[in-house]
Amino acid sequence: MARTRFGVLMPAAPSPHVLLRHVRRAFGRRVVFDDLCCEFPRGNITVIAGGSGSGKSTLLRLVGGLIRPDAGEVLVDGRDVARLRESGLAEVRQGLGMLFQNGALLDSLSVFANVAFPLREHSDLSEREIAEVVHESLRHVGLADVDALLPGQLSGGMRKRVALARAIVRRPSLLLVDEPFSGLDPISALRIERLLVQLRGEGGLTLLVVSHDPPSTLRMAAHLVALVGGRAVQGPPRTLLGHADPRVRALLGEAIDPALVAAEEER
Amino acid sequence: MPGLLGELGFRCTRFLADLGQLGVFSWAVARALLRPPPRIREGLSELYKQGVLSVSIIVVAGLAVGMVLGLQGYSILSRFGAADALGSMVGLSLLRELGPVLTALLVTGRAGSATTAEIGTMVATEQLDGLRMMSVDPVHYVIAPRALGLMAVMPLLSALFITCGIFGGWLVGTGLMGLDSGRYLSSLQANTDFRDDVVGSFVKAAIFGVIVALVSTWRGYRAEPTSAGVSAATTSTVVSASLSILLGDYMITALWGL
Repeated sequence: MARTRFGVLMPAAPSPHVLLRHVRRAFGRRVVFDDLCCEFPRGNITVIAGGSGSGKSTLLRLVGGLIRPDAGEVLVDGRDVARLRESGLAEVRQGLGMLFQNGALLDSLSVFANVAFPLREHSDLSEREIAEVVHESLRHVGLADVDALLPGQLSGGMRKRVALARAIVRRPSLLLVDEPFSGLDPISALRIERLLVQLRGEGGLTLLVVSHDPPSTLRMAAHLVALVGGRAVQGPPRTLLGHADPRVRALLGEAIDPALVAAEEER
Repeated sequence: MPGLLGELGFRCTRFLADLGQLGVFSWAVARALLRPPPRIREGLSELYKQGVLSVSIIVVAGLAVGMVLGLQGYSILSRFGAADALGSMVGLSLLRELGPVLTALLVTGRAGSATTAEIGTMVATEQLDGLRMMSVDPVHYVIAPRALGLMAVMPLLSALFITCGIFGGWLVGTGLMGLDSGRYLSSLQANTDFRDDVVGSFVKAAIFGVIVALVSTWRGYRAEPTSAGVSAATTSTVVSASLSILLGDYMITALWGL
């Protein structure tokens, strides 16, 4: 509760789980973000959309502390990951999971060992308890009898589901998901989408999902961050369908005006 | 001319920056080797991949080099009536130079390049970033066991190479050239100094092990995350480690007489 200037108690607006303030990030001479400000509400799915090279994956990597901004703040649960040392980052990452575009499974380890990896590294659970948690996590993503398989023996969709099982095995409060539907057939993509929605519903998980797919964005996102020209346009996706900028509407599936493509190419 | 100077300056600056980063990386690897928990399973796996799987190539190469040394050595020494010194010639050549240097070059080509390619592929497929996101230091989990494996196997493989070489020389000397086996071995024993020749050989191999370990892991760790980048890093490992071994060999011999 927060007290207003007239002394009346009002319910406080929930603080965003992730907040970016005036972030600047360049790779060499290419400026990806210049004064980027956006926020990601707690307990919701936020889709990050944008054209190729607009910095969607860069944004996730900034939040995960994998890269640091040249200027600005990246606040995760109020802690600025841009200024944390490795030990501090490790603490923040305890409550954070990430699903990489290609899964990033350790290819020398079996499926079981991959999912068990974070538990073996950071918990005192016995092997029997680890096996229980791993199998529960694998069941959660709809996989069974895959313990002994190596990542190279899995299909793209299965690899992503195993990676998702690994990302959620320690029950994080924030899940970063990089292009979960890329390279998947429509059925596998829909299955992953349902899993993400289910995860949010079960544990109040905050999800930041990079996606190019307008229909899934409209179905699952409560909040959209559209990266356009190095800045963020944000809000509920259905509201942004009527946004003045045609580039934002195009990200939500509106038929693209050829003049817009020509203008983008020129830019 | 200004363009050429600029390019030269840029390359020098980049070389110095690379050297500095390699220094920082080496320090990080050294610290990771001492930091708990010890990565015993990963270390043993690397010892197997880099050591045991290199044994056949080392045995064959050692035998071949020893046999060539036996043939050439007998032919040259016979001109001076000193064919009996074949054992010491083969043994000392292998102990002081050929054993450590050729082993290091072979290990670079087989295990060093494979290490770079493996780490580079892990970079390209975001596996190292995946480890970071799980609060696991990739230097501790991936780099240190591989570096330790390369450092540990080099003196052992060099000893194996030398033993096979001496045996190859003995085969040619006694089997083909009709030299007395006892004379071959007594010449070897009489002219080999344990401290200068045997220990020196181990020290040289150990230094080469450190060079190959750091160059191959560093190149993989810094590889561009593309297939072309991994390929370039692997080539670069073979070239830079080989040149470093040869130049390092000269420096060690000139400075310490090993």
